[in-house]
Amino acid sequence: MLVIKNLKANVEGKEILKGINLEVKAGEIHAIMGPNGSGKSTLANVLTGNENYEVTDGEVLFDGKNLLEMDPETRAREGMFLAFQYPIEIPGVSNATFLKTALNEIRKYKGLEEITPKEFLALIKEKASLLGMDDAMISRYVNVGFSGGEKKRNEILQMLMLEPKFVLLDETDSGLDIDALKIVANGVNIYKNPNTAFLVVTHYQRLLNYIVPDFVHVLYKGRIIKSGTKELALELEDKGYDWLIKEEEMEKV
Amino acid sequence: MNIKGFYIDKFIDFEKKLNGESITNFHSFRKDAIAKFKEIDFPTTKNEEWRFTDVSPITKQNFIPANLISKIKIDKSKVEKIIFTGFDFHLLVFVNGIFEPSLSEIKDLPKNVFVGSLKKFQAEKEDLFYKHFNKIVSNDTAFNFLNSSFSVDGFAVYVPKNIVLEKPIQVLFINGSEDENILISPRNLFVVEENSQMKLIVNYNGLNNQKYFSNIITEIFIGENAIVDYYQIQNENDNSYHIEKIQAIQKDKSLFNQFNITFGGEIVRNDINSKLDGEYIETHFYGLYMINGKQHVDNHTFVDHAKPNCMSNELYKGILDENSHGVFNGKIIVRQDAQKTNAYQQNKTILLYKGATIDTKPQLEIFADDVKCSHGATVGHLDEVSEFYIRSRGVPKELAKSMLIRAFANDVIETMKITELKEQINHMIFQHLHQIEI
Ligand SMILES: Nc1ncnc2c1ncn2[C@@H]1O[C@H](COP(=O)(O)OP(=O)(O)OP(=O)(O)O)[C@@H](O)[C@H]1O
Ligand SMILES: [Mg+2]
Repeated sequence: MLVIKNLKANVEGKEILKGINLEVKAGEIHAIMGPNGSGKSTLANVLTGNENYEVTDGEVLFDGKNLLEMDPETRAREGMFLAFQYPIEIPGVSNATFLKTALNEIRKYKGLEEITPKEFLALIKEKASLLGMDDAMISRYVNVGFSGGEKKRNEILQMLMLEPKFVLLDETDSGLDIDALKIVANGVNIYKNPNTAFLVVTHYQRLLNYIVPDFVHVLYKGRIIKSGTKELALELEDKGYDWLIKEEEMEKV
Repeated sequence: MNIKGFYIDKFIDFEKKLNGESITNFHSFRKDAIAKFKEIDFPTTKNEEWRFTDVSPITKQNFIPANLISKIKIDKSKVEKIIFTGFDFHLLVFVNGIFEPSLSEIKDLPKNVFVGSLKKFQAEKEDLFYKHFNKIVSNDTAFNFLNSSFSVDGFAVYVPKNIVLEKPIQVLFINGSEDENILISPRNLFVVEENSQMKLIVNYNGLNNQKYFSNIITEIFIGENAIVDYYQIQNENDNSYHIEKIQAIQKDKSLFNQFNITFGGEIVRNDINSKLDGEYIETHFYGLYMINGKQHVDNHTFVDHAKPNCMSNELYKGILDENSHGVFNGKIIVRQDAQKTNAYQQNKTILLYKGATIDTKPQLEIFADDVKCSHGATVGHLDEVSEFYIRSRGVPKELAKSMLIRAFANDVIETMKITELKEQINHMIFQHLHQIEI
């Protein structure tokens, strides 16, 4: 579904991604781990089209289409979705207005009719209840006055509503208590199917207990220095990154 | 002939047209004003208070005083299109500053409450009229004297003590002529006595795109423990000039909420002042202006803390597109007696285009020692990260921009207490800025 070849990107003139190669097939869940500042969020932003990140080399194919040529809204309509590490507040715009606007843009792109207000309300209520979210959240302004955990849950609500093919979760587990973590993971597990794929950025094994990855990659200084199966995450939890980083430096020498 | 000579000449025609009215006390007030007008020059950018606003385009043209031209006929349907609706209100309509009873609708009022034209107020309640009229404001510019010279009418509201007016009063000004550039000189007065409450919506509108000049003075008396919510929505046409002075005086424990929402006008200058003449007074000034093209909007506010234990809070926000120019000058005086004053001021501006500019200047003069005062000004662009967030959900860039404009305006809009008014202002923001509505 997603093929990343030798992807390099700069932020404010500094090279952050230094040649990423990764293939994610439909139905798979990949986890990306790595120390702070290694470039995980940068990768997520580059894939979703944040214009502050400048791609300098490489290629990304999304279901065969050249992803890097598309603007962020087109990527979203093609089925990319990023659950943000730091979701944005939009005062004056209700969750309902926001999601209805987004959903209809996506439907329009796919040649579908606009959703009726009634259908929309039923849909959002159903999805919100899956995540244990109060109906009142629907009419509240996007993320305004939401707790850290509620913001993350709201990201998952958006995912459930917009039904993307490819989902990036950027530290969606951070700031969640164990109950909220289960709810969020449950939302992901309900949603995942053979036609969707996930790239899960996290620092912690505990999320991966609930969202079980098929592959785990370690990003360090803008490169994937190790890939493995879910056991790699357990090993990292146990031993930290140092041993891997040492291996990497050794190889360089 | 210079412009002042033009108005001085027109005053003679104007007097003739007044007939019997020219022997009243009110007319001697006008005659005093024109005498003062003769002596004073229009402000220039050399004058500190007018440094950022060049009024010469206004003073280079002749504007014929509105009551020297024949009356414009306005249909009810036109009124219905531009008033704020969806709630119950009293309606006063003024066409070029003159009250139009056939278009107005004043519903049942509590005893002794007056809602109507200044002219009628003067006739019916002469003592009250002279108790307050021209006693609250001080005329200090040639524009003020020009208004006084040619003033004939405006809106008047009088609420005696212990009365809560439930329904808001909506005052609609329809301005402009079919073919002439006219001068409109409304003179408004509202008096709310102790323990009383009222809500006022003042709505200035252009008839068409013909140029005109609205030159307004509004006086407000807010008695002890009274509450006034004053929403002003200025939607003049973009070729017009709008110069306005609003002067309030507040007594003990009163609360004044003033909203100044500006859309229209090529050159706009608002002076919005309140004198806090008592203790435990609260004053809130909210401003929101959305401008584009070559519009120039200058908001000068002045909160005069004269007595102890009062609080004032000011929030002015501007959204400036294309080559528009904004000016904000927020003056706060805390006089020596005014201990325990809390005074806050914030001015925030968003520039949507590189051609837009803002001059912002706080002006705090504090003569008491036990006070809390703060001010802040920010100027920026729409937040890129927020824009990316919205677009990453499939929403196009233009619509993302609209959402962020709405978000920026939110803390002013949210403070308004009339829901339907909020929604309609919301709509006007997008319309005026040519943005897609969300
Ligand atoms: N918008 C930006 N402006 C400037 N520098 C940036 C920006 N975004 C990322 N960087 C820099 O790029 C590097 C990688 O940051 P990134 O956020 O991708 O790391 P991360 O792996 O997600 O870290 P964390 O685990 O802390 O979330 C860091 O050095 C960071 O300071
Ligand atoms: Mg990160």
